[in-house]
Amino acid sequence: MPPKLAVWKFASCDGCQLSLLDCEDELLTLAGEVEISHFLEASSMIAPGPYDVSLVEGSISTPADAERIRHIRRVSRRLVTIGACATAGGIQALRNYADTEEYRSVVYAKPEYVATLAGSTPISAHVPVDFELRGCPIDRSQLLEVISAYLAGRRPGIPDHPVCFECKMRGTVCVMVAHGTPCLGPVTHTGCGAICPAYGRGCYGCFGPATRPNLGSLKTWLGSIGMSRPDVDRAFATFNVAAFEEQPDDPP
Amino acid sequence: MPWILDGLADLHGALRADGYTVIGPTYRDGAIVLAELASADDLPYGWGVTLEPGGYRTRRREDDAAFAHSAGPQSWKPFLHPPRVKLWEGRRTEDGGFSIETEEETPPRYAFLGVRPCDLRAIGVLDHVMIGGAHPDEAYGARRTGAFIIAVNCTEPGETCFCASMGTGPRADTGYDLVLTELIGEGRFLAEVGTGAGAALLDRIPREEADEAVTEGALAEVAAAADRMGREMPEPEGLRDLLAGSLDAARWDDVASRCLTCGNCTMVCPTCFCTTVEDVTDLTGEHAERRQRWDSCFDLDFSHLPGGSVRTSGKSRYRQWLTHKLGTWHDQFGSSGCVGCGRCIVWCPVGIDLTEEVAALREEQEERRD
Ligand code: SF4
Ligand code: SF4
Ligand code: SF4
Ligand code: SF4
Repeated sequence: MPPKLAVWKFASCDGCQLSLLDCEDELLTLAGEVEISHFLEASSMIAPGPYDVSLVEGSISTPADAERIRHIRRVSRRLVTIGACATAGGIQALRNYADTEEYRSVVYAKPEYVATLAGSTPISAHVPVDFELRGCPIDRSQLLEVISAYLAGRRPGIPDHPVCFECKMRGTVCVMVAHGTPCLGPVTHTGCGAICPAYGRGCYGCFGPATRPNLGSLKTWLGSIGMSRPDVDRAFATFNVAAFEEQPDDPP
Repeated sequence: MPWILDGLADLHGALRADGYTVIGPTYRDGAIVLAELASADDLPYGWGVTLEPGGYRTRRREDDAAFAHSAGPQSWKPFLHPPRVKLWEGRRTEDGGFSIETEEETPPRYAFLGVRPCDLRAIGVLDHVMIGGAHPDEAYGARRTGAFIIAVNCTEPGETCFCASMGTGPRADTGYDLVLTELIGEGRFLAEVGTGAGAALLDRIPREEADEAVTEGALAEVAAAADRMGREMPEPEGLRDLLAGSLDAARWDDVASRCLTCGNCTMVCPTCFCTTVEDVTDLTGEHAERRQRWDSCFDLDFSHLPGGSVRTSGKSRYRQWLTHKLGTWHDQFGSSGCVGCGRCIVWCPVGIDLTEEVAALREEQEERRD
């Protein structure tokens, strides 16, 4: 029996699941190696659990979600979160820093029908997670690497350094040093292949904080190259807002 | 005997005719990078640079000098010691075993046009590390042996340069096939020979004998550049002892408060050589690869042992870099690991300057002594 793969969705935009569908060249091979047992974005056919690997997209934002993720954990041998929502709460975690009640009353015509938790939280805040794949969206070769690693019974080879490593290995001219463009690369987890600087833009931090980032120092520097403090704070308040917020400001 | 070359088109043409891939400085993305030069016209004529810790800007010069800019974003390291190399691939065989294939790649034949004296020394340092010991890296050796080196003496040191205090420039000493000195404003170059291969190449291109006055004038410009270094490494001869005696210095906390542990300094440094290997398998499990890629002592995984990383703090990682580069490199390889190119100062996203850190460590040591 081939291992069973399941894909689940919580509060999210489906982009990470699309990254899986986007693995055009490898999709047939994948389907030959695993039984895709639950992947509603691709097929309405559902095979019963338990599942060998569950890929979970999206954050937990409702009481029903909080229940459902516990069930998924129970029926999954390995649980891998995919993307910034599942790993860090996503852009919707911006509401963690606002008044949810007020939002609910402003946004919805019938707020009483909307069951919501006060915040948007990552999967790891609810159940144990075996591996967290970052990015908004995830990088498909990283996804294939994690699946390949589990199929082979080895540790996924996902490096744990900042974007600058990839940027330099790629031979990109540093946009911050050479152009004065603000870049979050030095404090952002690698994984995208340093795409933005290769196109002359600064890194937006969509893979979330690198391990033990020195946010305080980078924020000071961004100020010194002309960004106002509110702009600096806004730069960190995107797809991984909650993960950046959790980091201490003092050096590693 | 020194010669005068009128422009570099003939030199470039002769190298191409010999089958070399000519690599040299060229303007790209707001910087002077090293890349393949399709013709001598690709050289960055008329571009200069303004450097500061954490800052690099190109600027237009009033002349059309080709080499009046100092070290750029990369060194020659990516060509000799590439960031990623596939070491071998393995395939499962029908009898249940596996086969290992290493690619028999013909190494590129590079001609490096415009190697600065600091970078020339750096290539020597890297050679010592990569092929000078008991376990030479053969792929590096093949790339290196095939390379033809045309050095260019420095007449325009940058704000972050300190080759003079490291004893590596501004004049190239050995290790080149040819060395040029640009006669700025004239479009001509003084060429001196370093090897038989260099002499043979020069023999094939149009040139004039350089008279003594021109030669002396050009070399005097180079010598004068030593006094225009933007930086100085304080007391370079005492660095090994300084670092060995500074393991507990308070300065490490100070620099760690600024350091992003982003690894840019080690990646741009022309002598940092560390790599790691990664094994990957594909979805089917029928095919595996072992890949080598650059690593850095700023990476948490660099010191990962069972139980976790040994150097978790930024302080211990910055200390490792500086102590290895300037101190223990002497014990390991018999020289300094720093050649004074200034790249780590410029390309540090928060402008950390190792000459300043060394000065602070020295001051702290002196205070402790008193
Ligand atoms: S462009 Fe950004 S990611 Fe790249 S080296 Fe510079 S700071 Fe790092
Ligand atoms: S330590 Fe810095 S200045 Fe010295 S060789 Fe390396 S990059 Fe150049
Ligand atoms: S300074 Fe760090 S990256 Fe550079 S050679 Fe030494 S240990 Fe390796
Ligand atoms: S010294 Fe600068 S370039 Fe080096 S790791 Fe620290 S912040 Fe990055």
